[in-house]
Amino acid sequence: MIQASPPPAAKPAAATPVAAPPTLAARGGFQRALRHRLLPRGRSLVTVVPVFWLLLFFLVPFGIVLKISLSEAAIAMPPYEPLFAWAENVLTLRLNLGNYLFMLEDSLYAVAYLNSLKIAALSTLMCLLLGYPMAYAIARAAPEWRSPLLMLVILPFWTSFLIRVYAWIGILKQEGLLNQFLLWLGVIDAPLHILYSETAVYIGIVYSYLPFMILPLYATLEKLDLTLLEAAADLGARPWKAFVSVTLPLSLPGVIAGSLLVFIPAVGEFVIPSLLGGPDALMIGTVLWNEFSANRDWPVASAVAIALLLLLVVPIMIFQHQQGKQQAAEARR
Amino acid sequence: MVQPIRKTTLDPWQDPKEEPYVRIEKVTKKFGDFVAVDDVSLNIYRKEFFSLLGGSGSGKTTLLRMLAGFETPTEGRIFIDGVDMTGVPPYARPVNMMFQSYALFPHMSVEQNVAFGLKQDHVPKDETRRRVAEVLDLVQLGPFAKRRPHQLSGGQRQRVALARSLVKRPKLLLLDEPLSALDKRLRERTAFELVNIQEQVGVTFVMVTHDQEEAMTMSSRIAVMNTGWIAQVGTPAQVYEYPGSRFVAGFIGDVNLFEGIVVEEEPDHILVRSDEVACDLYISHGAVVPRGAKVAVAIRPEKMSVSKEGAAGPGTRNAVVGTVREIAYLGQFSTYLVALDTGKTVRVTMPNTNRAAEMPITWEDRVVVSWRPLAGVVLTQ
Ligand SMILES: Nc1ncnc2c1ncn2[C@@H]1O[C@H](COP(=O)(O)OP(=O)(O)OP(=O)(O)O)[C@@H](O)[C@H]1O
Ligand SMILES: [Mg+2]
Repeated sequence: MIQASPPPAAKPAAATPVAAPPTLAARGGFQRALRHRLLPRGRSLVTVVPVFWLLLFFLVPFGIVLKISLSEAAIAMPPYEPLFAWAENVLTLRLNLGNYLFMLEDSLYAVAYLNSLKIAALSTLMCLLLGYPMAYAIARAAPEWRSPLLMLVILPFWTSFLIRVYAWIGILKQEGLLNQFLLWLGVIDAPLHILYSETAVYIGIVYSYLPFMILPLYATLEKLDLTLLEAAADLGARPWKAFVSVTLPLSLPGVIAGSLLVFIPAVGEFVIPSLLGGPDALMIGTVLWNEFSANRDWPVASAVAIALLLLLVVPIMIFQHQQGKQQAAEARR
Repeated sequence: MVQPIRKTTLDPWQDPKEEPYVRIEKVTKKFGDFVAVDDVSLNIYRKEFFSLLGGSGSGKTTLLRMLAGFETPTEGRIFIDGVDMTGVPPYARPVNMMFQSYALFPHMSVEQNVAFGLKQDHVPKDETRRRVAEVLDLVQLGPFAKRRPHQLSGGQRQRVALARSLVKRPKLLLLDEPLSALDKRLRERTAFELVNIQEQVGVTFVMVTHDQEEAMTMSSRIAVMNTGWIAQVGTPAQVYEYPGSRFVAGFIGDVNLFEGIVVEEEPDHILVRSDEVACDLYISHGAVVPRGAKVAVAIRPEKMSVSKEGAAGPGTRNAVVGTVREIAYLGQFSTYLVALDTGKTVRVTMPNTNRAAEMPITWEDRVVVSWRPLAGVVLTQ
């Protein structure tokens, strides 16, 4: 299909030693043409891999989920009606929009969705406020300290996510480590009810996703040219002013990358709210999980998933598209 | 390079009433055990174009960074306009620096880069706009005001950096190898521009460079640095014509050095005998060196001449015989490498007053190399 090596026809020409000048010129022209033909091909070879990846691991599953979301629930295996029916030489396609209408009717979904957005947004903000100073400190630490400090950030990933969330139950519960410690300090008289509340969900999400904020931030801060800060100081900017007008804007790509990496998975998070959250910590991820496993209503669960995806991905794609256009415009100017 | 013409008034470093604008007092800078700047003392005066010239690693940048406040001296003190700068942070110094790497803010346009310093001083908006436009005109970058640094050529970036450091009208401008990234033609033009700008705005410039030609053409005075210490301070002509040591003589321009012993010492001349030349070296200006002292005589290549005629031999002065080994034709002048009979090779530069084809001297010719009594400089160090 796609060839990286030149076609056999080119080989004799390339192998024959130089003869008369006219042939030489002709050969040069031929090779140039050949290169022109090969170059776009080489490029398409490179793009095939991600396209294939996207097709296999995103579009196909997405298509299946979309299909299920448009079918009707049934007590069967799998628990939904097929979209296509073939009876008496008639092929019927039944698209059931009921699942989506049902989502609009029952306010549970809208509430859960908005609550998820709120929790994810606040968690992202907290991750940013915590992660920025940490990333900054690591990037400014002595070179021999940076790798060990980064290692400490990544270290929790070496144990299972689930176990770490369970560990937080042990810390946050009524007679858990945190309450015992605070009682011992004398800061509180009675144990705090943290576990099974929204606070616990925030703690869990911020704890779990903090590394995803720190790593991209560290990458941009570490690259930052320190002579720019010297230049700012030289022009009269005090350290805080230099930070606000130079460091912060130049680390914006890291802020955006880290925020997306925290925000997107946090919106759909279901392990943390279902283990640490109480009844008030209603998140779309847990609703989806309940529809899927407890209610065995795959079509509604799929509809929730599709809605979640569209509501999340479309704004982000528009944002990135705008940014790309802006950058292209700037490069052209 | 052609030397830009400077107005000659009374030079401030010769005026005893003049207060130095920058006073560097016995400054030493150590990085760990390594001494980067070693006990340097310098006085730099108002409106000077002062150059720090030295090889790589000689401590020029370190000295400049101490003036700007990015490094603190391990020992010694720096005064600017009479104020002790110890403990004064960079943002509070009346100094602006043009960085070797330009250090332009990549997320700001040319205009914003230049306006940055004024914004820190809370200069009113319309005054900022006026001054930015003015200084951009000065460096001929008006049409590029809206561009980002990455959309400029190297030379244009360099001029933005210059504009940015000039717009605050600092009393002292530090330039770290401002021309090193430019090609030869652009470098020459920008050197002129820098000197013109300096004369227009009347700022004291301190420039770091490792390019002796650059230092010679632009500076009012030069400090030659060698591994952390200052070997000589003087005007370009002083440093070139009267080098104080073998290091300075060799570092600035080409030189022929003859090691020898003083055999005659009179008020109006001295005579040096050297194993490297067959004749005695007669120098017709007094030098305070005792008879028998070991010295070197430095003679610049353009102060010697080669010819086919003339007397030479034992007993003659300032004329020796040799064989032409190499001729480098450089257009307006030619350089001859002549092997003397003692084995020493001397370098002689002569203007090409005749056309190349009519040149009387060719390879392997026996020639007489001679020089005038004033040509030599006696070096004891
Ligand atoms: N932060 C530092 N830590 C340790 N050593 C340093 C530091 N900065 C400079 N040095 C050393 O001090 C010496 C002088 O450095 P400096 O940068 O002043 O040289 P320079 O004269 O500007 O040279 P160049 O022409 O190559 O720029 C060098 O040997 C350098 O290795
Ligand atoms: Mg340097």
